[in-house]
Amino acid sequence: MPSTFETVANIIAETCDIPRETIKPESHSINDLGIDSLDFLDIAFAIDKAFGIKLPLEHWTQEVNDGKATTEQYFVLKNLCARIDDLVAAKGA
Amino acid sequence: MRIEYFQLIDRIIDLDLSNLTIRGEAAVPTASTIFEGHFPGHPLMPGVLLIETMAQTSGWLIIARTKFEKMPFLAAVKDAKLRTFVKPGQLLTVSSKLVHEGSGFMIAEAGITAEGKPICDASLTFRVMPFPSSTFRTSMEELAQRLAFPVEAMANG
Repeated sequence: MPSTFETVANIIAETCDIPRETIKPESHSINDLGIDSLDFLDIAFAIDKAFGIKLPLEHWTQEVNDGKATTEQYFVLKNLCARIDDLVAAKGA
Repeated sequence: MRIEYFQLIDRIIDLDLSNLTIRGEAAVPTASTIFEGHFPGHPLMPGVLLIETMAQTSGWLIIARTKFEKMPFLAAVKDAKLRTFVKPGQLLTVSSKLVHEGSGFMIAEAGITAEGKPICDASLTFRVMPFPSSTFRTSMEELAQRLAFPVEAMANG
């Protein structure tokens, strides 16, 4: 069974036509991979479906806009994957 | 259609919030300056307006789903297929189904038929956000009434 990161990286590669080998856990989806907000909706859709969750994008965006969080906390892939794991665990609880 | 006002739906025929589907009716006008340009001597409903017709129908479904709390704005059109020509005077049936509700976005699969024949279809992504102003929301509520928007379905959905 692929790891969360493998699944997310494959989604990003396929959705945004980004070479898979350039996608690393440390990659920032916006700053490093050049994914814009519209592309991220496609990624969020695929992640929501793959994991059976609903990424709380509105909440994350609001926290960043309010200065309560940085984009790194949500959009660096290893951090994004940790959030996904938390959401999956919460769904199963 | 009030095509020059970019209001492309005449009536909402059916709204089913348990299945997240909507069906609307749109009568293509028999005359419009749009047809004088598209095309001179060969009037056809522009494909992009058929896409907008599908988007507006889907938009009403989203408004109903969010109980008139949020406004959808078209963000992406994918796999749009314009299968046949539409002429002035044709009566269109527009259908849409919500296939995903994300945080701040929704995705609908929509299609148009005329006399049971497929005209076009597309996958539509919408950004969904609170109404920018109460004035705008009031205007949309007034428009909803003109379209026979089934308020009771929204209350029960």
